[in-house]
Amino acid sequence: MATRTVDVALATSGLDASGKPVRTPLVTDAAGNAIALNAHPPVEPDFGGEHMLINIGPQHPATHGVLRLVLELDGETVVRCVPHVGYLHCGFEKIGEYRQYNQIVPWTDREDYLNSIGNNCAFVLSAERLFGVDITPRCTVLRVIAMELSRIISHLVWLGTTSIDIGAFTPFLWAFQERENVYQLLESWTGARLTTSGARVGGMMADIPDGWLDRLRNFVRTFPRTIAEVDGMLTRNAIWVGRTIGLGAMSASEALNYGLSGPMLRASGVDYDVRKDFPYLDYESYDFEVPVGTQGDVYDRYLVRVEELRQSVRILEQAIARLPDGPVNVDDPRLILPDKHRATSEMESMIHHFKLVMEGPRPPVGEAYVPVESPKGEKGYYMVSDGTSKPVRWRIRPPSFVNLSAIPKMVEGHLLSDVIAINASIDIVMGEIDR
Amino acid sequence: MMPLPAPALLAGAIDPQLPMHDFWPFTLTTIVKLAIVFSVYMVGVALLTYAERKISAWIQDRHGPMEVGPWGLLQVAADGVKNFMKEETYPAAANKTLFILAPMLAFIPALLTWAVIPFASPLPTPWGLMSMAVADLPVGFLFTLAISSLGVYGIVLAGWASNNKYALLGGLRSSAQMISYEIAMGMSTVAVLLLAGNVNLNTIILQQATMGWNVLLLSVAFLLFFVATYAETNRLPFDLPEAESELIAGYHTEYSAMKFSLFPISEYANMVTASALTSVLFFGGWDIPFTTWDNLPPWTVTKTLLTLGFFAMKVIFFLFTFMWIRWTLPRFRYDQLMSLGWKVMLPVALAYVVVVAGAVLALDMAHVARGTKAFSGALLLLNLACVAGLVVWMDRGRVVSPAASRLRGGELNRLRAVAGRSRLARVGLER
Repeated sequence: MATRTVDVALATSGLDASGKPVRTPLVTDAAGNAIALNAHPPVEPDFGGEHMLINIGPQHPATHGVLRLVLELDGETVVRCVPHVGYLHCGFEKIGEYRQYNQIVPWTDREDYLNSIGNNCAFVLSAERLFGVDITPRCTVLRVIAMELSRIISHLVWLGTTSIDIGAFTPFLWAFQERENVYQLLESWTGARLTTSGARVGGMMADIPDGWLDRLRNFVRTFPRTIAEVDGMLTRNAIWVGRTIGLGAMSASEALNYGLSGPMLRASGVDYDVRKDFPYLDYESYDFEVPVGTQGDVYDRYLVRVEELRQSVRILEQAIARLPDGPVNVDDPRLILPDKHRATSEMESMIHHFKLVMEGPRPPVGEAYVPVESPKGEKGYYMVSDGTSKPVRWRIRPPSFVNLSAIPKMVEGHLLSDVIAINASIDIVMGEIDR
Repeated sequence: MMPLPAPALLAGAIDPQLPMHDFWPFTLTTIVKLAIVFSVYMVGVALLTYAERKISAWIQDRHGPMEVGPWGLLQVAADGVKNFMKEETYPAAANKTLFILAPMLAFIPALLTWAVIPFASPLPTPWGLMSMAVADLPVGFLFTLAISSLGVYGIVLAGWASNNKYALLGGLRSSAQMISYEIAMGMSTVAVLLLAGNVNLNTIILQQATMGWNVLLLSVAFLLFFVATYAETNRLPFDLPEAESELIAGYHTEYSAMKFSLFPISEYANMVTASALTSVLFFGGWDIPFTTWDNLPPWTVTKTLLTLGFFAMKVIFFLFTFMWIRWTLPRFRYDQLMSLGWKVMLPVALAYVVVVAGAVLALDMAHVARGTKAFSGALLLLNLACVAGLVVWMDRGRVVSPAASRLRGGELNRLRAVAGRSRLARVGLER
């Protein structure tokens, strides 16, 4: 395979003398040396052999995939927690270097697989900035609908699995029935439930089918009832409250120092939401509120996510009301495939189709990063182009990974059962963490 | 629950004129009773697994088992066959003797406790009056307490013998939990024994027929006993020994096939026993409410069948409650469970014994005869006051309406930040 020469001005500072990437320490002392923030508390060596080392995962019902936590227990109290990741490493980023931009879209389905169509849209947002394309008004609104539906799916899975982890089985099935409704909507739109691959650079893979908006309206009308049911079941339930309040509390400054984002950060009282602070897809024109917690514990994360479900419904209602007619895809033959009928009946269109599929659209030299508010937190796809149809490098900013890094800080000193609850409250998807 | 001529009834559990004295009739009828009770009990336990799946399905808005047989009724048989056919696995490092012994130790006490529970009014036979309990022991209730506490050995040994850390944690949790709640359970029933003046379960039933059901006369004891039975049977919200999200499957993580199956079977058997005990101790057992016809001789077959029906209804109601609660509530945490047992239930039970003993003594000294409306009414009022006090004191806005929940009307609005201003400025991150 021919190697390509990379001749792009990178924003990062490059390599050091030994050929390793230069790492700039975030916090330095007077001499310029890196200092660790919140250094790991020294743990008393266990000379008596009283502590038990217990391995949770990678095959454990409550690790939400293949996370592995090695816990040192004193009785049932966690003295030390060492998370291990990497069991689901698939090399998405490396594979992407050998794929055209539109061919990377299916890989984005598979990393945070609970938010697949949201990832598709987020990826093409970055790619469109790289290509310098402005999408059509209809596509903008359709993507908002897609991203909010995807947020609803992700939060519902979180809600269900967390309630199972804390011992309540029933809200799980209620949540999954609503999730099924959303999946049916996505299936009739994209043809797939989980791996939607719904977005393309410059538009969507397809316009919504006839009658789809009515089905969406119906969902938007009935879904708040389910939220209210789960709310009634859990929010004021004494056991639920007792199991979640005060667990894994992160103060606002701690949450910022750990780089948390999304509901994890907002539960700690920092009202940072990419949709409000760095708006994309005209989110600034939607009327919705950003729920913010006060204590940063598991209970606040629960409240924030449930409220976000309601806010997503509000956004969906507005999106349905404003969805304009018109084309979904941009009118740019360098990006968009010709109509299928024309491609099979006209020679020029067929050549056009062939060249676009085989060679792929070429962006100008440059780099792009568009952060979006994924259900897990701030997510973005960074990509560098050398002018060919494949990125030199693309990288995912995975919110789950960054959020997970705070788990030792959150669980140490709590009980074994709390580890499960706190781990659930982070809302991790291992596909995104290991990539 | 009309008051009965009390002294005559409280003198003995069963009409003393017609006991079954002869050896052979006694032995044969006991064997027949044993066979019938055992079969009904085991089939009932099997059907309970089906009921649990159907009830959970209704609560969760789905169908439950539908494939095997009509409405999935043969699912039970399919599961049984599956469990018998599966491979028995033994962990390499397990203590094999104890590993095999543990499921038996869990299963046998669950069966044994049922022996003393009277499930209907006595049945007249040509050889005399037959008590409708497999063994109508004079120490009936003490026997139940003694045997049911043996069940914990099975679970602890299962956890220990598996040589698995999750199983060990499950076993440890189970032993701590069952010992803690056994004390509260025993203490809560002292009040029942105070009123009945006897530990024979038939006597306790007749006492309730005389005075009114204990759930009204001893409401606090009922509440404590009810909570303790959930802990004793390892059911949600107290299913910590097998908390599947934390400990995989807890003490039975390493078990397979029929040895595994014995643990759920003993759990359901314990549920049946606990439901039966709750109805015997607090809901009059086989007593038919609002009539004394069933509690008085002459004993007939009709009476036996009717009382059996009422007893079954009560037990089924409590079994349903077990399932209802399981599919509604989340699970306690270990320390919460312990503090509920030791810091709330045990002190309350002890204080309640003193209160009831004092009340009975005071009523006796005031020459209020037991079985009169005045006696029952006084106890009822006392218990209403006690329950109200308990809710106000123990709850303090936590259990019934959790004040600890920060989500109160106005606070929800504080949760939502005001849109429209720069949020990043607040944390000094403005671009």
